[in-house]
Amino acid sequence: MAGLITMEDLTNEGIIEVLDDAEKLLPVARGQLYLPLLKGRILGNLFFEPSTRTRMSFETAMKRLGGDVVNLGDVKTSSVVKGETLFDTIQMVDGYADIIAMRHPRQGAAQYAADACQVPILNGGDGAGHHPTQTILDLFTIRQAHGTLNGLKIVLAGDLRYGRTVHSLSHALVRFGCKVILASPPSLSMPSEIVNDIINSGGDLIETNELLTHIEEADVIYMTRIQKERFPDEDEYKKVAGAYKLHARNLEAAKADMIVMHPLPRVDEIHPSVDKTRHARYFEQAFNGVVTRMSLMCRLLNVKIPDSPEQMGEVIQ
Amino acid sequence: MSANEQSMRRVTAIKNGTVIDHIPSGYSLTVLKMLGIGRVMSNPVSILMNVPSKKIGSKDMIKVEDRELNQYELDRLALVAPHASVSIIRAYTVAEKLTINLGKEIVNVARCAFSNCITANPREPLPHRLIVLSDDPMEIRCHYCGRMQEIDQLVERLI
Repeated sequence: MAGLITMEDLTNEGIIEVLDDAEKLLPVARGQLYLPLLKGRILGNLFFEPSTRTRMSFETAMKRLGGDVVNLGDVKTSSVVKGETLFDTIQMVDGYADIIAMRHPRQGAAQYAADACQVPILNGGDGAGHHPTQTILDLFTIRQAHGTLNGLKIVLAGDLRYGRTVHSLSHALVRFGCKVILASPPSLSMPSEIVNDIINSGGDLIETNELLTHIEEADVIYMTRIQKERFPDEDEYKKVAGAYKLHARNLEAAKADMIVMHPLPRVDEIHPSVDKTRHARYFEQAFNGVVTRMSLMCRLLNVKIPDSPEQMGEVIQ
Repeated sequence: MSANEQSMRRVTAIKNGTVIDHIPSGYSLTVLKMLGIGRVMSNPVSILMNVPSKKIGSKDMIKVEDRELNQYELDRLALVAPHASVSIIRAYTVAEKLTINLGKEIVNVARCAFSNCITANPREPLPHRLIVLSDDPMEIRCHYCGRMQEIDQLVERLI
């Protein structure tokens, strides 16, 4: 595996291996065990657009495994503002780092970077394209809650057009035989090429404008943020966004083990009342970004994760 | 006289050069543009447009004098004329028959049509790569951004 650009770079077996490895690394991610598997390795963090969770979790993952991180820093103060091409930036970082995590506003940037350098690239989001490391952490969170990925009913709700996390995730879910319900306003529906791809591959998929009517049957409700700037005026935004808000009272009929996920940041699509319910899983989901990115970096750097990390690591008191 | 013979005789036979036949109707000017004829090549050229064809209903045809197009140049045409037939003419006779190969990838022929693709920055130096998923119907995807491409849009973005 030369990098992770889209979920197509991993087979289903590969995904399960990444999740199993991540499971083993949980005590390391929690700071209970020091296991410097990546000592001496350097991660190049290239975030050409804002990121909080993805950038920080990559950095935490590398440091928890004993490695180090170099950052591009603020794009406004880097060579990018002087007009440096992505090709040149990547050529330079190729010499500085052993592995690169990257987010870029342009779609295809991660594949372009992978073609331009020797070290593995982890795509942390490219325009409205892919965000596979988010998908891995989402799958980890789902498996953690349900013990399996197979045959679940998953509702993806909100902005499915521009929300890149749901693009990669929907592809991955149907590969595991999940039934995917896409709930969005018509103007923010999943791009037709993704829907067609999923249907052509035999995926079980429903498109709807209704969120609340599908809560009862769902094993997972995956909320996304509807951005105001996607609408011509505020009235239109309020009208649409109101139908994709989740309150604790909406979850009364939900299955006991149903989980609510969100890639964060949220605005008001999940009411704080949901935080206190047994269904809320979005903060654990954000934490899982660390452990899954640890697992992915080890895999890409060909570092084997021991079956019993606690026997090799140093317990932190 | 057959329809084919009629169309062949609409322009005089050439002594030496290349005849590109069975170009889809209306695409001959695009083919000339893709071959750089008129811009970087000043050889005499005859064009037939919208003539009847048994094979494809209606077709265009181009005759380029004193120039033998090579396989690389011809393969560039696959985007608009994947089923065109090509004859190399020497001393008024067909010396060679060539076919156009679409291949699995089209490199540096056209730019991805998606405005937010990384390749939309003209200063980025890596080649423009389009992946052929299917040749009939033609389905083409950008190697970098993964977007499906409309052939008409690609024709407007020839390199």
